[in-house]
Amino acid sequence: MSRQVLLSVAVTVGAPVVLLSWLWLVERLLRPLSYRGRRRARPWLWLAPPLAVVGLYLVWPLLSTIWTSFQVRGGQHGLDNYRYLVHSGEVHDALVNNGLWLVGLTAGSLVAGTAVAVLAHLVRWETAAKAVVVMPAAISTVAAAVIWRFMFDYRPPGVAQTGTLNAIVTAAGAEPVAWLVDERTNNAALIGVGIWMSVGLVTVVMSASIKAIPAELIDAGRVDGAGPFRLFRYVVLPQLLPTIVVVSTLLAITALKAFDVVYVMTNGNYDTNVLANLMYRELFLNADYGRSAALAVLLVILVLPVVAVNLRFFRKGRA
Amino acid sequence: MLRPTKRPVTERRTVRPTGRTARSLAFVHAPLVLLCLLWLTPTAAVFVSSFRTAADSFATGWWEGVRPPLRFTEQNYVEVLSHGGLGRAFMNSLLVTLPSVSVTVSIGTVAGFALARMRFRGSGVTLAVLLGLTVVPLQVILVPLLRIYNDLAVTGTRPGLWLVHAGVGIPFVTYLLHNFFRELPRELFEAAEIDGADHLRSFVHVALPTAAPAVASAVIFQFLWVWNDLLLALIFVGGNRETAPLTVMVSGLVNNITGQGWHLLTAAAFVSIVCPLAVFFALQRYFVKGLLAGSVK
Repeated sequence: MSRQVLLSVAVTVGAPVVLLSWLWLVERLLRPLSYRGRRRARPWLWLAPPLAVVGLYLVWPLLSTIWTSFQVRGGQHGLDNYRYLVHSGEVHDALVNNGLWLVGLTAGSLVAGTAVAVLAHLVRWETAAKAVVVMPAAISTVAAAVIWRFMFDYRPPGVAQTGTLNAIVTAAGAEPVAWLVDERTNNAALIGVGIWMSVGLVTVVMSASIKAIPAELIDAGRVDGAGPFRLFRYVVLPQLLPTIVVVSTLLAITALKAFDVVYVMTNGNYDTNVLANLMYRELFLNADYGRSAALAVLLVILVLPVVAVNLRFFRKGRA
Repeated sequence: MLRPTKRPVTERRTVRPTGRTARSLAFVHAPLVLLCLLWLTPTAAVFVSSFRTAADSFATGWWEGVRPPLRFTEQNYVEVLSHGGLGRAFMNSLLVTLPSVSVTVSIGTVAGFALARMRFRGSGVTLAVLLGLTVVPLQVILVPLLRIYNDLAVTGTRPGLWLVHAGVGIPFVTYLLHNFFRELPRELFEAAEIDGADHLRSFVHVALPTAAPAVASAVIFQFLWVWNDLLLALIFVGGNRETAPLTVMVSGLVNNITGQGWHLLTAAAFVSIVCPLAVFFALQRYFVKGLLAGSVK
């Protein structure tokens, strides 16, 4: 144990030192070269460590996964893994659930986050209000899952309900709901947890965007006789639109990659599976590398158009 | 486009309502209070519950716990930390997180500087590729890495996981620091060059000292990301109780829990969020900066 601790401390302290030594060595090696030679070689030598790590841990695995996705057990090439994607009912169900996540998480977080940002902007306790909604963005999904399983806790009718939501439901005179098991509520419950965690990001970004709206614009709207709601609809909202698009793309990517919440809260049971969880199961439990690689490739393909939109708007916003 | 303006704060008064009218109470304060309560209650519930006895947690809801007479106990924490193995898991989380953060942020800072301050062919493409890699679903790198880790027998070891986190984190940190270094005025570096400083010296003596806030953002972001990560930990060290971090241990507890374990599970959850919460409340400003930077990638 203590050797492990020592190693961790050594790496933590040593990483910057080693890196600076590398740069020092690079500058020494460059000295004999001509000015032009130095200018050409220097950037790549400085970038050698990051490019090596990224190449080894991101680029190569990415390409390798695409290659693996075309291999079936037994080593022959084939499209069997993709046939599985097209024909398997569980993949279809997972796709539908990912679709629910995409719409629910994006819309829910956007509306709630914008609401908090706009309302908080109008009150004196803005900082406190924002801290409350941003806090869940700092904790792990695992902890959030525990927190919400406690909220969703279910006990059979007749027994005292200790879960907050069912206590409210039964106090109102209705039967308790098994939120995470009942297929009418469970996907919404999981997505709700996702929203609870993502709203902080939306609030922070929208809030910055609201503060960037020129005050003269608001004043002009006021002078023209617009009330608070029309002011929001016709003056504030159009100014926020580019930000809304960028934030939506980030939320959409989060929704497509959803894994932790589902893994911890239902483990994909009761028809709550999403693609990332299927992929984990094929990789870890079934050790079917081809299938899990194909599922990963499918995830990338789904994310790509969203990224394209993001980059387009990002470029526009900067120009 | 998302950058906050540098206009003086006083201008905001034009937008804030001046008085506490009935309308502002109904349409602004009330909904905001409601939203805040909705966001706060779940965490508060777990916090209260983690200090209640097993019998109390089983018999009544957490809201009864805040009704006098109060009888809180720290027994749940004692139990999860000693018998539950969470003490070790907490240590494991630290031992996974600190080296990962150090390696990732060091390398990313150098890369960000090189891409922002050196002119060379291919810098634009390199930056674009790194930017693209920040959104690649992590799932896509798991299969080959796990296979090669199994072949080399490094699955289950911490250094293996440090490097995976470095690979995943470097593109974002590079991008964050690149944006910062790019904004520094050229005169700053020209003055150093006239004094005879080479690139290394201007990096260490000119760029780094000014970059402290940006580096802090990167450190906090990376710290929270690694500390909170479940997927990579599950795959690369999850099978080993000796090295499993908090997220893996707590998610294991969740799956084993029966109706009677809430007093322990709530305490375990709180142990796992103590560090992130402390970081968040102490360094909120930098965390928010990181969030903002991440959203414009």
